[in-house]
Amino acid sequence: MRWLIPLSAVPVLALLAYGFRVNPREAPSPLVGRPAAVFALQTFEGAPLALEAQRGKVVVLNFWASWCYPACYEEAPVLERNWRAYRDRGVVVIGVDIQDTPEAARKFVRDFSLSFPNARDTTGRVSVDYGVYGVPETFFIDRRGRIRAKHVGGVTDETFRTNVETLLAEPTG
Amino acid sequence: MIPELGSAAAIVALALALWGAAAAAAGAGTGRPALVLSAQHAALGVFVLVTACFALLSYAFLAFDFSVRYVAMNTNLGTPFYYRITGVWGALEGSIILWTWLLALYTLVVILRHRESARELYPWVLAVMLSVMAFFLLVITVAAPPFARLTPAPADGRGLNPLLEDTGMITHPVALYLGFTGVTVPFAFALAALITGRVGDTWITLTRRWTIVAWYFLSLGLLIGGWWSYHVLGWGGYWAWDPVENAAFMPWLTATAFLHSVMVQERRRMLKLWNLALVILTFGLTLFGTFLTRSGVIASVHAFTQGTIGAFFLGFLALVLLTALGLLAWRWDALGAQGELDSVVSRESAFLLNNVLLVAAAFTVFFGTVFPLLAEAVRGVKVSVGAPFFNQVNVPLFLALIFLMGVGPLIAWRRASPDNLRRNFLWPVAAGVAAAAFFWALGVRSALAVLTLTLTVFVAATIAVDFSRATRARLRTGERLLPAMGGLLRRHNRRYGGFVVHLGVLLVTLGVTGSQAWSVQTETTLRRGEHAELAGYRVRFDGLSASEESNHFKVAGAFTVSNGRVLGVLRPAKKFYPQEQSPIAGVDYRLGLREDVYLVLGDFARDGSHATVKLQVNRLVSWIWIGGGVLTLGAGLAILPERKKPA
Repeated sequence: MRWLIPLSAVPVLALLAYGFRVNPREAPSPLVGRPAAVFALQTFEGAPLALEAQRGKVVVLNFWASWCYPACYEEAPVLERNWRAYRDRGVVVIGVDIQDTPEAARKFVRDFSLSFPNARDTTGRVSVDYGVYGVPETFFIDRRGRIRAKHVGGVTDETFRTNVETLLAEPTG
Repeated sequence: MIPELGSAAAIVALALALWGAAAAAAGAGTGRPALVLSAQHAALGVFVLVTACFALLSYAFLAFDFSVRYVAMNTNLGTPFYYRITGVWGALEGSIILWTWLLALYTLVVILRHRESARELYPWVLAVMLSVMAFFLLVITVAAPPFARLTPAPADGRGLNPLLEDTGMITHPVALYLGFTGVTVPFAFALAALITGRVGDTWITLTRRWTIVAWYFLSLGLLIGGWWSYHVLGWGGYWAWDPVENAAFMPWLTATAFLHSVMVQERRRMLKLWNLALVILTFGLTLFGTFLTRSGVIASVHAFTQGTIGAFFLGFLALVLLTALGLLAWRWDALGAQGELDSVVSRESAFLLNNVLLVAAAFTVFFGTVFPLLAEAVRGVKVSVGAPFFNQVNVPLFLALIFLMGVGPLIAWRRASPDNLRRNFLWPVAAGVAAAAFFWALGVRSALAVLTLTLTVFVAATIAVDFSRATRARLRTGERLLPAMGGLLRRHNRRYGGFVVHLGVLLVTLGVTGSQAWSVQTETTLRRGEHAELAGYRVRFDGLSASEESNHFKVAGAFTVSNGRVLGVLRPAKKFYPQEQSPIAGVDYRLGLREDVYLVLGDFARDGSHATVKLQVNRLVSWIWIGGGVLTLGAGLAILPERKKPA
């Protein structure tokens, strides 16, 4: 009978442990399932960057800023690494820098040797279209141009791969 | 170099704590004092090393060493000097260091005070304290390393969360953590009592002051948190039943229960098991609070971060609960009560009821806090539990507690005679009834407010009756009034310290009741020169000014406040921090005993032609803070060393 005392703690602990399985970062977004808003920006190198031009590819659209520590600093190498791994399989990573100064943003791109296209959202229109309320936020867009998932916080290898593999596995056309 | 030194110090401290815990336990088990002495030295070493960690991290902040991830996250070149220091504990990693340092400090004081006075328990107390310390050092070295590097190092840091740029950042966490870590001491004594089988009253007697100290700091932490929220967040409130506020409130409730139930054990040899369970529960709740704040499992305004740290805390919580409750079950047979409850109308039953109510309150708060998790686990839906639930359930419990606060101290032990009841409660009841009539006549129509105020007057009257009766008794021996009163407080400091604390709680209750029942507010857009009126106050909009501060841009409005005569100019502001998405409100207010005038700046035109302002007249809020001051006096009185009565 008395051993029920320590056992009584078990269900509470189990409930708390369950909390780890819930991911508050999988932010529900009304945009999921909707067509991704199109935009046309200019990359840091001055090249045109339009979302429409990527139709038929899986797009990982990432919003970042140079002042965003540590999440943006931690995910930048992840994005670069996975972009290199997946670019030949029809995946494109696009970085959009928001609420930033041009110098700090350029330094960020240089420091992390980011080779995927990055652009500044100077007017803030793109971030408004995507309902970005904090950086980093990442949208996974399928080949048909629909937003399929939204991730709040730094992207990890696992998040990147799971989402991208799912979208790649879907039949083309 | 500095960060590496810090990491190394933490690792060595961890090794020392582990060694110390093992040596103390082995020393206690085998009766070899040399081992205990070695553990003692280890504890001193831990204190020195954790102090060094703290100093090194502070240095990294002062030197703007942005190659340290934690520094880059929590400060920037514009951060004023003062907040560079408080930034050290502005987020997860540093706050764990502060926590560990305070724990090391408590361990040091325990060594100084108890190495002689508690021979049998002491080695185990040391073992438990060092084990807890080892856990926190493990967190520092593995799960949340404060000295981790960030490459490439950014040119400037992100800066402290602007809401943390406040004097509250010094006092609130320190007070709260002194409370949280302070609970470790009675917990360590309770475990030592269980392990050695000396479950009598020794551990209770030895830890009484420790419990009051921990309880006091918890109370102070909660009150300062309320004040902070009141003057920073700009919604005119001081408590929101946020999960993290709840996390600090739950151990406060169980610690309050414990403080009262120990008296029953001291006096009547009852509730041994209950007291041990309460202290285990209280310590468990402090860990749960930390888990909640740092695991990100439940959404909260205070949520620090996510990562492995939640799992660490949960694992440790499981270890603590299973071990401690297991020990409790193991000693079950020794924990029977010697005394018995003689009558329902007695002080022990009043205390018992007080305990039941406090624990019930803690349970409902716990339930409301984890309910979102439960709902998601069971039904897969995301819900949030708001203030209405907590208020509805807790208000009746607190009213009953206030009633007992009047009854408990004056009702007789064992069995109250009708004469005892008449003698002690006739006047207080009369005062309560008169108060009810008085408030009704004043036009107070809220039943809840009338009831609360009536109970408050009743309890205050019981304290007055007791004090005046005791004073008169001393006057009869020829003492003069003031020496008689002073002597009473000094010689019965425990009893009257408790009474003063009760008065403090009554004042807090008054403030809460007043602000809930009678505060008024309005929001209006004013052109320059126009004014708004509320509750007898006139607020005129005079214009806007903008200024560039070291780390933000500030737009402030000037509003002249008058109530017949000009009271002054309030300047609520909006502060724009580059790293924040939305501006931070800078509240301005004029505090008063009856009411506060409280202004929050809303939208404004860039040219300063018009501005929206939220005007609040918050009633009696100041009494919450005054109550906190009185509570401080009472707690101070209660922990003074007791003087033996002259023969």
